[in-house]
Order: sequence, then structure tokens, then C-alpha cells
Amino acid sequence: MNAENIIKQAADLRRSIGENLHDRVTAAIYRDAEQIADRAVARQGESAAQSFDQKLDRILTSRIWGFPLMLLMLTTVLWLTIAGANVPSAMLADFLQGTIYNGLHSLASSLSSPWWLSGFLIDGVYLATAWVISVMLPPMAIFFPLFTLLEDLGYLPRVAFNLDRLFKRAGAHGKQSLTMMMGYGCNAAGVVSTRIIDSPRERLIAIVTNNFSICNGRFPTMILIGTIFIGATAPPILASFIAATSVAAVAVLGIVFTLLVSAFLSKTWLKGEASSFSLELPPYRPPQIWQTLYRSLIDRTLIVLKRAVWMAAPAGAIIWLISNVFIGEISIAAHIIGFLNPFGLLLGLNGVILLAYIVAIPANEIVVPTIIMLTLNAAKSGLAQNGVMFEPETDAQVREVLTGVGGWTILTGINLMLFSLLHNPCSTTILTIWQETKSLKWTAISTILPVALGIAVCFLTASIARLSGLI
Amino acid sequence: MSTQAGTLNQCGGCASSCQHGAQLTRLGIKVRNWDYTIALAGNPNTGKSTIFNQLTGLRQHVGNWAGKTVSRAEGAFNFNDKKFKLVDLPGTYSLLSTSVDEEIARDFILFGKPDVTVIVADATRLERSLHLVLQVLEITSRAVVALNLMDEAGRNGLTIDARELVRELGVPVVPMAARRADGISELLAAIEKVSLNEFPLRARQARYADEELELSIGMLANNLQATFGDLPNARWVALRLLEGDESIINAVRDKTLGTLKTENSLPSMALSEAR
Repeated sequence: MNAENIIKQAADLRRSIGENLHDRVTAAIYRDAEQIADRAVARQGESAAQSFDQKLDRILTSRIWGFPLMLLMLTTVLWLTIAGANVPSAMLADFLQGTIYNGLHSLASSLSSPWWLSGFLIDGVYLATAWVISVMLPPMAIFFPLFTLLEDLGYLPRVAFNLDRLFKRAGAHGKQSLTMMMGYGCNAAGVVSTRIIDSPRERLIAIVTNNFSICNGRFPTMILIGTIFIGATAPPILASFIAATSVAAVAVLGIVFTLLVSAFLSKTWLKGEASSFSLELPPYRPPQIWQTLYRSLIDRTLIVLKRAVWMAAPAGAIIWLISNVFIGEISIAAHIIGFLNPFGLLLGLNGVILLAYIVAIPANEIVVPTIIMLTLNAAKSGLAQNGVMFEPETDAQVREVLTGVGGWTILTGINLMLFSLLHNPCSTTILTIWQETKSLKWTAISTILPVALGIAVCFLTASIARLSGLI
Repeated sequence: MSTQAGTLNQCGGCASSCQHGAQLTRLGIKVRNWDYTIALAGNPNTGKSTIFNQLTGLRQHVGNWAGKTVSRAEGAFNFNDKKFKLVDLPGTYSLLSTSVDEEIARDFILFGKPDVTVIVADATRLERSLHLVLQVLEITSRAVVALNLMDEAGRNGLTIDARELVRELGVPVVPMAARRADGISELLAAIEKVSLNEFPLRARQARYADEELELSIGMLANNLQATFGDLPNARWVALRLLEGDESIINAVRDKTLGTLKTENSLPSMALSEAR
């Protein structure tokens, strides 16, 4: 008997057995499970732990308190990150961009190495790497453990529960709130995690919108820009709180975009009803503090940092090369920046930022270092003629460079944060989307849609700022 | 993937619960020339990844929420001079639905022919865990139930009679609190026993009261055996055919029944970044 015949036989038998076979089989399993559990489990009243869980859930997932508590939690985590990262960041920068950097240069000149070699290695490869470490390491070393503690505790599913209603209204799957949370770690991982969504329609929506979750690589950018452009406008005592609020606001905006784009997709190309599911609220578990610290520091922080450094080194080389190879009177970088600048300014950004986003397609982590190095390099020829060699170390100096040399305003800062939220996914994520969907169309949409939105939103804020005379 | 797999004799990690003479060496991702394949199945958020990490020394992402493991992760360990490959499957509530994570779990248990399938059950929600346990036992009788989260069940005022469960299910049942490494050595012993066919397995098989259904299952199962030869569980496949399960019908049609689709290399990469 061949395969086709067996299938046919099965179909015939199915007709004679009747329709609700699946339900009957499931019911038999459920009945069995209930009987076995009855015999094996003894319960002594309702435990204290359970009623505590229920009380906590009533508050954390309440219609009134759920969202304010979520915001409070997010802002607190970000505030601790920003306030705590300040001092170590400055110390690291002082050490890496000051002591070591100068040491390397004196070593190079004592070896009388040619200017292009020491320039390429020290001002290119080394400097970009140093920047990535001093910008990223301190905030990550605080943010990840805090986030992992919340995860261990069991708070993430409560967040998903709160957001579920909104996702349903947007025509998306409730589990999308979980894949969105995963995206805050890494968008590539977020895209893979959409496998828990069984309807292909809703899975595509989750994939396309995952990029609106700010990933590990982008949080440090947000935190730095929020600190030096928005936090700095407030009195010092409030500065880190205001900075944290600004980053939280961008994160919330990301959720708003997730919902809006999900609603748009489910009304247009991906029409359909939201399917129902049951979301499990796991019991609260006391986090294992030391294990969590170890895990998030060694596994997460160092792995993300390693990736950033691997990306930063070649990017630094490229930055140095395009800044130091001249076509005619000006460098390649200056040519590209000059070409992109009018468009950048129209968006309330500038040519340097747009070029940085092109250089940083492989990894979002290196956006800020690239921007600073390109800004400095663009201005350096002028400064160097006056005998000034300057590497910014503190946040205030970075701000000085960007405003003084780069001509940044507060609009540039705000729009960079917005553009950091709304732009194309990194190349790893794009590749992952292709692997998971095997569809050129949806990979293209997932790539282009966010950057189109970013251009539109930045243009809007820039126009408003211009028309109202703010800049 | 993480590679810092400690090769430690187990008494370093779990001094309290060690049996003398039993040697665990964690091999991390060094998965080569294994003697036995062990699959790790279970509901979401029951501690599969924790057990996986305890046994292999790897550091799969663990988190207190359902749905974070969505692809297969592989690791290895050495126990009493035998080499075991351990495959962490996505957490699922059943093997009947069609989402990608459930399909990965089901395909591996069905077609990957693991020597032992460890089903991690949640002691605090035993009845629901049993749904999956019973479904796995329909596919394979070479199983061990890891009854995890016993500490939490205790705090919730639950006592569970593990020996009663062994009688009902017909496979070894190991009470555990994996987060504290309680029960790991007992689990290893049970895995070894089933691998070596030293445990008299008589896994509970669902029988359906409906006589016509039983007849149909039997008839189809016989034909499947005749056509495909060595099938892991013809009865189960027959039942899915009767239900009209598209993916199983396709597997029968294009004769891929019995071979495991290999996953592309991507998920493991994305996973390593997630951590």
C-alpha cells in the first residue's frame, strides 16, 4: 500500500468516525490528566504565597495602576542607569581616550612610525573601539542586571498582560507584547521569538513592528543624547531624572508606533481578526541576585560589548580612511557629508548623522562614536592648523564638540533620538527577518517602513520647530 | 553560544544531593560522538532551560516567562563514562497545534528518535503539565518525568505523591527543584536507567473508549508500518492522519516521515545575541 492510498484510507475512515475527533481525543487526554492529578496531589488550603501573588497582580495589572506603574518602573530603571553611569563613563573616557590614547601616540612617535600608520591604527581603529566601550559599558552594566532582575521576578508577563488589550484592538496577537519585550534585548532575537505566534498574518505584523523596540545597541545612544541635550537643559539636581524621562518617552513612543503600524497593517495588507490566546502569569519568584548579576554581566553585557567592539574596529578604520583620503581639496567623508547635509538639515539632523547611520548599518552600537569622530575629523583640519589636538572626554565636552563644532541644536538631539527609534533594522536583524519569512517583499517592507517613518517624523518635528521659530 | 563549560566533578556544584561514585562532566557545546540523545520537553516556564544549563554547563537564556525558548539548543554531558547529547526543545502546552515552536518540539520527539525524552512538569500546575506528558507518552515510552518546582509547590501548600505518578504513568518520575540543583543527580540516574533499558517501561497509552476509533487507528497503523517500516509511533501518526493534521499528511505524502528536518543555523546565532 503506498502513501497516497494510506492518506485516502484515513480520509475515508475520518468520514465514518465523525467530525469532532480532535475534540474527543483532547477530551480523553484532559480527563486522564485530571484523574491522575486528583490521585497524586494533595492541597492544604490556599497558601500565603498564592494570595500574595494574587494581591500583587491585582495592583500590577489593574486598569488604573497598571500603566502608571509600568512607566514608573521604566523611568526608575533608566534613571538608575543614567545617574549611575555618569561617573564611571567619565572615568573610562578619561582613561581610554586620555591616558591610553596619549600614551599610544607618544609610543608611536618614539618608534617614529609614519603618520598614516599611527593615524589609521590609533585615531581610527583604537579610538572608535575606545569610544564604544566608554559610551556603552557603564549604562549596559547597570541596565542589563536591572532588566534581568525584573525578568526573573516575573514582571515581563504582567507588562504583556497590560498591553494585550491594546494589541487586540490593533488587530494583532496578544503574544506580540512578549515578542516586543524580547526586542528590547535584541531585535534579531525578537524576530525569532515571533515563532510563538501561530497565525502567519499576526506573526508578520509582529516581525515588521519588532524594530520599534529599542534594542541593546540603541539604548546607550538614547541615554547619551538624552543626557547631554535634554538632561543638561534642566537644573543639575533634576538632570538625570529629566534625561531618564526623555528616554522613557521615546521608548513609549516606540510602543505607540508598534500599535499604530500593527493596526495599519491589519487593516490593509494583513487583514484579519485578532486570534485569542491565553497568556500565562507565572508566579513571582524571588530573583537569584548573584546569579542574575553574573549572568547579565558576563553573558549579556560582555557579549553585546564584544559585538560592538568587533564592529567598531573596522568602522573606525573606515572613518579614518574616508576622513583622510582626499579627492581634490577635500576628504571623501567631507564629500559625502556635503552631499547628505542639505537633506539632513531638512530633517533637523545633518550630513554627519546620516553618514553615521550608513556606516552603522551592521551595528547600531557604533552610531554615537561614529558621529563624534566624523564631526571632529570634519573640523580637525581647521583645528589642527591652530595646533589644537582635542579628544572630548566628559559628557559636557561631547556636548561642546557637537554644538560648537557640529552646529547641533536641541532639535538635532531630539531628532537623533527619534531617528534612532525609527530607522532601518541592523543587518543582522534584516538577515533574520529574511530567514524567518523567506519573503523578499516582507524583508523589504520591514527594512524600509521604519526608515520612511523616521524621515517623516523628523521632517515633521523639524518643520514645526522651524515654523514656530524655535530654531 | 557560550562555551565556558566547566568540567567539574558534580560534587562541586551540588554537594548535598550527590550520589557517591556517580560522575557528571559538563561538556558544553562539545557535541560529538554521543552514545545517547536526550530531548528536553515541557510546558513553557517550567525550568527546562535551567535543567539544560545545570546538565551541560551552558548558559541558555533563562527568564521567568513563557515563550522565550523558541528553537532547539544542543549541549552535551558525560555521565558514568557515557556521553549524552541533550536537546532543549521549545516549551509547549501541547503537541497538537501548528505554531512553529510546537512543530519543532513535536518533530524532534517524533522523528529525532531521542533515546530518552525528559518531560519537565510543573509541580504547582500538575494537571496542565500532564496534558503534555500524556501526549509525549503516546509518541514514545522512553521518557522520564522531571517534576520540577517542588519547592514552590511546597510553599503553595501542595504535596505530590511521586510514587503514585510512577504507577499511573509507567515511567520514572523525579521530584526536583532545579534552581537549587535539587534532584539533578536523581534525574541523571533515571536518564541513565532508561537509556540502558534498565527501567521496565510501560508508559500509559491513551485508549479510546470508542471501538470504531480504536479499529481505525489499528488498521492505519498497520498499513503505515508496512509502508514506512521502522516508525517511532505508528499509532500516533495514524491518529493524526485521522484528524486530518496537514503537516503529518504532507510528511506521509512526500515520504519525509521518519526524517527530521534540519533547522537552519540561524536561530542559534540569534539566541546567542539575545543573552
